[in-house]
Amino acid sequence: MKARVFVTLKNGVLDPQGKAIGNALHGLGFGAVGDVRQGKVIDLELKESDEAKARASLKDMCEKLLANTVIEKYEIELKA
Amino acid sequence: MKSAVIVFPASNCDRDAQTALKQLTGKDPHMVWHQDSALPDVDLVVLPGGFSYGDYLRCGAMASQSSVMKAVKAHAEKGGAVVGICNGFQVLTETHLLPGALMRNADLKFVCRPVKLTVEETQSAFTRKYSKGQQITVPVAHGEGNYFADEETLNRLEGENRVAFRYAEGDNPNGSARNIAGILNEKRNVLGLMPHPERVVDPLLGGEDGKALFQSLIETLS
Repeated sequence: MKARVFVTLKNGVLDPQGKAIGNALHGLGFGAVGDVRQGKVIDLELKESDEAKARASLKDMCEKLLANTVIEKYEIELKA
Repeated sequence: MKSAVIVFPASNCDRDAQTALKQLTGKDPHMVWHQDSALPDVDLVVLPGGFSYGDYLRCGAMASQSSVMKAVKAHAEKGGAVVGICNGFQVLTETHLLPGALMRNADLKFVCRPVKLTVEETQSAFTRKYSKGQQITVPVAHGEGNYFADEETLNRLEGENRVAFRYAEGDNPNGSARNIAGILNEKRNVLGLMPHPERVVDPLLGGEDGKALFQSLIETLS
């Protein structure tokens, strides 16, 4: 099973990198761009065929290492 | 005082810490490799500055999972003193020995310069040789030193007098919440700070304002 984990900053946590990206996009003439937030994508291969088990194990991975839950939130996407 | 300095791959202030400790305690600190699972019998553990594990994933995230950190955690839980400097502070927050997180500097730039600090709290093993409100100058060198915690945690840190050092007004180099430069844990035996006291223990290095931190520890732990 393949999994994709999205790790992004929680709402309310300042994102200076996102802000800099937004400013750069404005500089390039993309005037329609509003707030920009950036984050990480982590792709994993899992030796697990049970979806519920995979999801539980990924949640554990996020809590323990992949995300710092003080500042970040995560989303898990599974692909067969 | 017996001390140990933890060495992670890509620690780069481990030998500065070693030199400062040797000079001030008269004893060689133990240099402990990140793969070791036990600590020697010591009073103080120093987590040095650097870029442990190349700052992969997040600063301090990989180091927090290393086998030596289990021993450091146990040492702290027994009341042993731990000081994390710069990357060491990041490791302490990732290990949850200290609350909050250290984020990218607000202006996204690596900052490397002396900063003015105010000693906020002298009731600790790390700061007793300073005087309350004392202004000191200590260098910083980091790209991720922007201290963040939720309002409740910040209020609690301040209410419990756990903010040990603050950047002087107008000299906050990274956007840290409430100008926080260094904090203590609840039991006050763990300190994390972004500035580098080990770099200012000898006039030859441009200052001695970091000396009192080590002297406080020596006085408390010897």
